[in-house]
Amino acid sequence: MEKGEEEKPTKAGSRLCCICNQRRAALKRPKTLQQICRECFYEVFEEEIHQVIVENQLFKPGERLAIGASGGKDSTVLAYVLSELNRRHNYGLDLFLLSVDEGITGYRDDSLETVKRNEIQYGLPLKIVSYKDLYGWTMDEIVKMIGLKNNCTFCGVFRRQALDRGAALLKVDKVATGHNADDIAETVLLNILRGDIARLSRCTSIVTGEDGPIPRCKPFKYTYEKEIVMYAYFKRLDYFSTECIYSPNAYRGFAREFIKDLERIRPQAILDIIQSGEDFRISTFTKMPEQGTCERCGYISSQKWCKACVLLEGLNRGLPKLGIGRSRGPNNDRKNGTKETNGAKSIESKQCGTLDF
Amino acid sequence: MACNPSNCQSNCYGNEEKAEVVVGEEYVSANQNQNLCIKCKTKEPIGGDEGRMFCIECFRSNLYGKFRLAVTSHAMITPTDNVLVAFSGGPSSRVALQFVHELQHKSLKNFDASRDRSLPVFGVGVAFIDETTISPLPSHDIDRAIQDIRLIVSNLAPPIKQLHVVPIENIYSGDGTNRLKNLLDAVSDTTGKEDLLLHLRMLSLQKVASESGYNKIVLGLCTSRIACHVILATVKGQGYSLPADIQYVDSRWEIPIVLPLRDCLVQELNMLCHLDGLKTVELLKGPCSGINGLVSSFVRILQEENPSRECTIVRTAGKLTPFHFNRILESDDSVIPLATRRRQKRYNLKPNESISSESFCPICNSPLNKSDMLRLSNLGSCQTSSDSFGAACCSSCRFQILPKDPSSMDHFYSLLPQPLVARAKHSSYDNLSLLREQIQDCLLSDSEDDS
Ligand SMILES: [Zn+2]
Ligand SMILES: [Zn+2]
Ligand SMILES: [Zn+2]
Ligand SMILES: [Zn+2]
Ligand SMILES: [Zn+2]
Repeated sequence: MEKGEEEKPTKAGSRLCCICNQRRAALKRPKTLQQICRECFYEVFEEEIHQVIVENQLFKPGERLAIGASGGKDSTVLAYVLSELNRRHNYGLDLFLLSVDEGITGYRDDSLETVKRNEIQYGLPLKIVSYKDLYGWTMDEIVKMIGLKNNCTFCGVFRRQALDRGAALLKVDKVATGHNADDIAETVLLNILRGDIARLSRCTSIVTGEDGPIPRCKPFKYTYEKEIVMYAYFKRLDYFSTECIYSPNAYRGFAREFIKDLERIRPQAILDIIQSGEDFRISTFTKMPEQGTCERCGYISSQKWCKACVLLEGLNRGLPKLGIGRSRGPNNDRKNGTKETNGAKSIESKQCGTLDF
Repeated sequence: MACNPSNCQSNCYGNEEKAEVVVGEEYVSANQNQNLCIKCKTKEPIGGDEGRMFCIECFRSNLYGKFRLAVTSHAMITPTDNVLVAFSGGPSSRVALQFVHELQHKSLKNFDASRDRSLPVFGVGVAFIDETTISPLPSHDIDRAIQDIRLIVSNLAPPIKQLHVVPIENIYSGDGTNRLKNLLDAVSDTTGKEDLLLHLRMLSLQKVASESGYNKIVLGLCTSRIACHVILATVKGQGYSLPADIQYVDSRWEIPIVLPLRDCLVQELNMLCHLDGLKTVELLKGPCSGINGLVSSFVRILQEENPSRECTIVRTAGKLTPFHFNRILESDDSVIPLATRRRQKRYNLKPNESISSESFCPICNSPLNKSDMLRLSNLGSCQTSSDSFGAACCSSCRFQILPKDPSSMDHFYSLLPQPLVARAKHSSYDNLSLLREQIQDCLLSDSEDDS
């Protein structure tokens, strides 16, 4: 009963790929620990993403799709894979690269050079929207004004809006972002740790913002970060990997570290966390504050002014603390007791450092 | 944008954090002037991390108050009950034992004082699961621990409490020592082995409670342990069944389980043991390893970084919808005092809320999620009993406890204690039509049912 007919032992170092059984295994697949060859790795990696796209009906033929491109590994691999799959499986998508220029010297200018090369390499038209154009301020100028504290408040709020405005300018139907399985697993944990049941109920959705101006989707929802790195490495993809100079991030790093430790013991754990996130029994759709529009700029907002306008007002009046924390602003005269939720969603909580969307 | 709270105060994670810290500071600063207990405002606080706000008396009465509120609001213990306290020797179950004892002691006094003697005094027993046969510890260490436990229990004031020292292999009929060892050896995943042992421990408790006529089992699970469980269940893919495990009452078992210390922190329980000289016996459990060990150190560090973290975790998970069995079941309503029923109403435990017919994993007894049920209902009918046992298990147990190699499944199945096998029979054979009903919306064709 106990004689399992295992694979015959092969000579050390010349193990065959356990998928094709022909080529020599070149890597241990992070998600499954299978030993496989490079070609089979590309194939399972791309095919899994294709399946996720098909099963979740992420795209319709003829749609215009912007890929949020930061120049980092996730969005670079996303741009590469989506343009491949679009060709191979005839999705019929019109693809664009969309980047936000926060105006961070020595960081964003360099990473944008990467995106500009991607534009040529993948043949995808690129649109760059800048903080300077949209808000009149670069991040460098904001930091000069407010110091290093609180600066990610600005970059989070501004970037989210900037991406929507860029998408509107491109007249796209959807934006795809490079959030990967590790990011989503981490967000599930973070939402538990800080008691945010409303976000917990939504953070595993593969499509978000369907009520907003432009829906966003995450084709990498089940794709492991390690595999993205591996893919970029083997394919020699051109990406930018320096961390943002304005945002070292201890807490984030800690939760991420935990996920990496888990992955080391049990790679499956990342998918299990996402599964848990999808399965949580959250009864009444925990309501987010009602969405209206900003009286000033017309962007969606649950308050009189959107978060970006409040922050901007502060900057322009030389009161940069306005809108941060508990200080008083134009929204405070509103009587409805809705607790202000901040523009930056936890799902966008990638380390400010990576500046991925 | 999750940020380092020291870096970013407004839109990120920092928010809620700051608010909580500020509340704490207000307490402290308001307090520093007089340096007095915040409750009675006459005595000095105990000092130390947990006791900085209360004097000894107020600390104790506050902790006991949390216990009593949990007991009364959820009808955990009523006068006609006979409750079994699961005692591991550690501080949590030590306090559970102490508080249950105090409650019993008080109701005895009331009983003696009352004229008509209408309300009987509930009974209390204590169970210790003896894992000598599978423990890496030398057996004389465990023997000594058991002697200490006997002393602890016999030193409690009357009424006398029976102590059941139950060898874990008693889950088998006949001598189960070797089968138990082989069963644990058959699980290759470290975490899976620890978890299986946990389930077997529960099985022993159920067995002794049922055989000795108890109708409730009291566990000493506290906020800190529950916080760990929340993270553990999440990383093991058990998000669906998680709310079943963390409520005050869990009646899915033959003998319902109650958690009266659900709102107490382990630091508070340690403090009470220390202050009141409650003897504990610690060497019993080895350190956990694998995922269980990783998660408990993760939560411990989070708690050190922010003393309200464990509460926040449990509060978040507490917002998940519980199951219909997370209350003392209807049939017992006659003995639930009116006041308690009113309170239950306030706590939003409506009788019909979240009623659904669940199927349960035969190993861990978790309600199965949709994809597990979908898999179960798609099975062919001609199968060996070991295959259908495997199919009835939740995906988490399938992953970390069942053998990976299908050819070992028969062997594994042959080692299982009878009650687990019986659970599978109960859930998988009889329930197919019930299953279909629950997953109807996921089935693509209903042609099989056309008749
Ligand atoms: Zn291959
Ligand atoms: Zn930030
Ligand atoms: Zn605005
Ligand atoms: Zn006091
Ligand atoms: Zn299970």
